[in-house]
Amino acid sequence: MADPTPKPEQIAAVDHKPPAADWMDTKPEFRPGMFLWAVKKESLEGVGQPNPRDWQPTDADWKLPADWKGIVRDGIKERLKRFRSFKIFMDVCVRCGACADKCHFFIGSGDPKNMPVLRAELLRSIYRGEFKTAGKILGKLAGGRKLTEEVIKEWFYYYFQCTECRRCSVFCPYGIDTAEITIMAREILNLLGCQVDWVGTPVNNCFHTGNHLGLKPHTFKENIDYLLEDIEEYAGVKINPTFNRKGAELLFITPSGDVFADPGIFTFMGYLMLFEHIGLDYTWSTYASEGGNFGFFTSHEMMKRLNAKMYAESKRLGVKWILGGECGHMWRVITQYMDTMNGPADHLEVPVSPITGTRFNNAESTKMVHISEFTADLIHNNKLKLDPSRNDHLRVTFHDSCNPARGMGMLEEPRYIINNVCNNFFEMPPQTIRENTFCCGGGAGLNAGENMEMRFRGGLPRMNAVQYVKDRHGVNVLACVCAIDRAVFPAHLDYWVGGVANCGVTELVANALIMDGEIPRQYNLRGEEVNDLRENVGLPPIDWPEADEGEEPSEEGGE
Amino acid sequence: MHVIFSLLAVVALIAIAYAGVAGAGMTYLFGVVIPYAAVITFFLGLILKVLDWGRSAVPFCIPTTCGQQKTLSWIKPNKIDNPTSTGAVMARMFFEVVTMRSLFRNTKLDYRVEHGQPVIRQGSEKFLWLYAMLFHYAFLVVILWHLRFFMEPVPKLVGVIESLDGFFEVGLPQLLLSGVILVAMAGALLDRRIRMPNIRYISLTSDYFPLFLIMGIGITGILMRYFLRVDIESVKELTMSLATMKPLIPAKPIDPLFYAHIFLVSVLFAYFPFSKLMHMPGVFMSPTRNLPSNSREVRHVNPWNYPVKTHTYSEYEDDFRDLMIEAGLPVEHNPAEEAAAAEGAEESAGEGAEAGGAPEENKE
Repeated sequence: MADPTPKPEQIAAVDHKPPAADWMDTKPEFRPGMFLWAVKKESLEGVGQPNPRDWQPTDADWKLPADWKGIVRDGIKERLKRFRSFKIFMDVCVRCGACADKCHFFIGSGDPKNMPVLRAELLRSIYRGEFKTAGKILGKLAGGRKLTEEVIKEWFYYYFQCTECRRCSVFCPYGIDTAEITIMAREILNLLGCQVDWVGTPVNNCFHTGNHLGLKPHTFKENIDYLLEDIEEYAGVKINPTFNRKGAELLFITPSGDVFADPGIFTFMGYLMLFEHIGLDYTWSTYASEGGNFGFFTSHEMMKRLNAKMYAESKRLGVKWILGGECGHMWRVITQYMDTMNGPADHLEVPVSPITGTRFNNAESTKMVHISEFTADLIHNNKLKLDPSRNDHLRVTFHDSCNPARGMGMLEEPRYIINNVCNNFFEMPPQTIRENTFCCGGGAGLNAGENMEMRFRGGLPRMNAVQYVKDRHGVNVLACVCAIDRAVFPAHLDYWVGGVANCGVTELVANALIMDGEIPRQYNLRGEEVNDLRENVGLPPIDWPEADEGEEPSEEGGE
Repeated sequence: MHVIFSLLAVVALIAIAYAGVAGAGMTYLFGVVIPYAAVITFFLGLILKVLDWGRSAVPFCIPTTCGQQKTLSWIKPNKIDNPTSTGAVMARMFFEVVTMRSLFRNTKLDYRVEHGQPVIRQGSEKFLWLYAMLFHYAFLVVILWHLRFFMEPVPKLVGVIESLDGFFEVGLPQLLLSGVILVAMAGALLDRRIRMPNIRYISLTSDYFPLFLIMGIGITGILMRYFLRVDIESVKELTMSLATMKPLIPAKPIDPLFYAHIFLVSVLFAYFPFSKLMHMPGVFMSPTRNLPSNSREVRHVNPWNYPVKTHTYSEYEDDFRDLMIEAGLPVEHNPAEEAAAAEGAEESAGEGAEAGGAPEENKE
């Protein structure tokens, strides 16, 4: 099939003016590149989800269950009782429009139903039309409409074109959070078996194998073995991490995407080197081998089912507390949901850094600490031997991932780390960072391959801010603390900007780390020759010492 | 359609009251029955709605964090935008309600294409915030000085507000700014809704109707006070009779415009609990704003946290045991070793050695 993705200049010609027809009278077109494939039958069956079947969004008949209307009505009713957020957000919107131009998908597409207010109205209009007296009698005049199959298709199209990034909720005078509405809508769609494959299949994988990619225990270990070989080649350090080890002090959990794909693997190598450098007593788990949680993009129940592994495994292994890697939505789940769903974690202790003795009071109940909090504390206490000049060929900017920013507030820690391991750091414009950060365009399970146009459109505002710092400061790397970012950005950067790489913060740390027994670091973790990279930005080459050709690096020659 | 319908609805309401009083002489209906019914509907409706909201659970702690979290001791947290204590949450809510802090953040998309390249900027946009602030505060002041119609003697504070409101000391009776600002800002909000294509696109009848209604209330009020000069004594006689629960229609007739005014106010009161105007109590109950961001520190309890089906470690090990053993990963149960251990135990049974327990623990 030919690649349907338009050229950047075609996508960039966005018209933000709405069409003449009323939004209740328009319906979405399932055009290649702008929607995701339906979930495979087996993936729903694997986790016991309703209505598994073979279908695609482009089919005329979606094979909804016989009583689908009743299921949707009951689903809405039940959620109105369970979630005050949902009920209040259905009732109080005044349609002031403050959120309208805050959504990256609206900015990149101009589709009026991507304005957060209208995305919510897609559901609100049914709430009024099916549950409110005025809406039932007056219909459109009272902002209500009837539940039809067309509405379900529209929901599927637009609620899988929202990355639950919460940017709109920052600007809403009542804090209405479209993520919350999207979460409810997706739960209801899942009651009908209407899920995208990019979410449903990772969920099934994660449930059975412990991670989204479906890596079985031996493969998970093998993948890490490959990374260990690379570390030995480029840094000359041999590391022997442990797996599923009982009695380790800490359990480390990070998204499985970083075990597998470029450039996430370099961040993963960074973790291995950092922990080796400080002599951390920790272990990996092949059972709890996923930090991310695509259940969060399915339903609250599925999120809980997948998340349960973290505390269960920490209990089985008898660790003191859990350290978590760089990931976006993982940290929203850990911060705002995990302890409530699967806690209290009484088998764990309040996290205390074994290296610095710092007690992480802010994680007193969840007993789980973010790697950036942990690393910032190490640096602040001078526990890392760092040479930031090793990153001098990098001109770095930092992307705040949506969830650590707006569902946690971890803004300073990564910046502190970057400023200590790099000498050239530049911020993007203030309206595009911190709590105002723009989504990568692929969060909430939308980083599939079949919806590239949708992704490029959604990623445009973030990429445009990168372009801004590239033009002004020659920025050549976009750092982040999210595995989905790392899966999404390389394609987006190539498409919109060019000449800017993407990396995790811990990759930057590891490149600056002065490891015991290391060889001259002529190569970075990516296997790129540092002098080539320096030449690219006009820096003089480094005179490397003659490599010691001996079979074994001698103990005393540790320079 | 939404605009015209809402405008016509308000005009019709005025006409009904005018006709009802001037034509059919139904002063008691419009002066007493409807106002009472409207006030009862307002309070009952509002209370029931808020109680209904309150019945829904708050299962998760989901504040939108708009600033630095409380974390390492040497990193300064943003206490208001990422509050962890009750006091800080109250401060956040205070600024949210009193200064419309979130709306103040508003920006305006500036999207251009220059030489085939998109250029995206977020410009400053404070008009919506300004209109909203002036509108709400003018409304508040208007309500406050209307208290003089329902209290005898008139409280000092009401007098003070009135004299501040009439600061410019023009006109006779003295021009009160609040009413004029209220009507002007309702007009500005309406104008914005009609002229901005995207805002117009999202607007429903229920967005235009309250604006026209409030403008109708303001304009009838201004006409009464400055132009028709309705008989203020009789008005107060009626309003005091309502306030003291001894309703009576004054002997001296009041201009029908007055009845139109209080009819519109009655409609606003009765409409309130069933409309988007419920954002007034709603803002206090929004879980993304009124919860402390301390869910890592203190466990938030979900009242309906039901158990779910998980995939346990032992199920996982059962699925992958052979692969794990082959890869040298520790397992809880190793059938081969257990069999060997059982054999060994049998052999040495006479010596009373105890086999079993955890056979595979200290591999590392």
